[in-house]
Amino acid sequence: MSDSVKRALVAGHADFAAGMISAVEQISGRGDVLVGIEVNGLCGDDIQKLLRDALVETGVRVIFTDLQAGSCTMAARRVLREVTDVVLVAGTNLPMLLDFTLSSDPDPVTAATHAVDRGRTSVSIHGAGAP
Amino acid sequence: MTIVLNRIDDRLIHGQVVVGWGQPLDIAFIVLVDDAVAASDWEQELYRMGVPPEMDVRFHSAAAAASLLDSYRTETRPGILLTGDIATMRVLVANGGVREVNVGGIHHRAGRTPHLRYVFLTAEEQQALRELAELGAVVTAQDVPAARAVPLEELLTSHEGR
Repeated sequence: MSDSVKRALVAGHADFAAGMISAVEQISGRGDVLVGIEVNGLCGDDIQKLLRDALVETGVRVIFTDLQAGSCTMAARRVLREVTDVVLVAGTNLPMLLDFTLSSDPDPVTAATHAVDRGRTSVSIHGAGAP
Repeated sequence: MTIVLNRIDDRLIHGQVVVGWGQPLDIAFIVLVDDAVAASDWEQELYRMGVPPEMDVRFHSAAAAASLLDSYRTETRPGILLTGDIATMRVLVANGGVREVNVGGIHHRAGRTPHLRYVFLTAEEQQALRELAELGAVVTAQDVPAARAVPLEELLTSHEGR
């Protein structure tokens, strides 16, 4: 973990976190504000503990996960029962993470809320007669 | 159609179940059998939020589920039976007519040794899986549809997860 101020945890299937952080770093140079959580092979209880420990260690208040039904999302929602000042964003995409990491808003929860809007509006379909 | 997959997965409802199996099998419902979840409205809501709106989730204790499985088998749409541990599936094999068991995910925990990258077992759990087979169930390990179904004896002797 580098000395940069951490702003959010990123967790998901396989190498989702590492891949997203790598892409954020390449595009914005701000990948170091994100903390990737590796969960391969872990049971739900261990994922929950990993997320809880990472929140305490880093002091971040935002968790980004990939799938709504994913184990990381489930574990994070359980962690959120224990803390009141942390938000979870499920369904994370790259535009969303970029918006978050480039935000100058001092409140990470506000930055995450803005990023969610950006992520939603950044999805499009083209070609083959698509509307 | 009927219950097309009887799965042991300690993560219960998660991506592999909802998307990995759910989409190719066109799953319309999940029967989640877990005593703790069946007793908790909050846990049930958590799992309901993890599935798409067109997929139903029904929650039962192990004792209640055994007598209900026959009615689920008459459903016209395909479904998945899901337990979080071997002991719960044992009840359903012994008393609920389950004859095929998919070991989909028993993950790392203290005291377990790796067999596949998604299956870690204690000695007691290895024996419990053998007992499922002795009760008449065909037991295989397979995390996602595209993977090979690993027969029980191969699973128990495998140390691929090391």
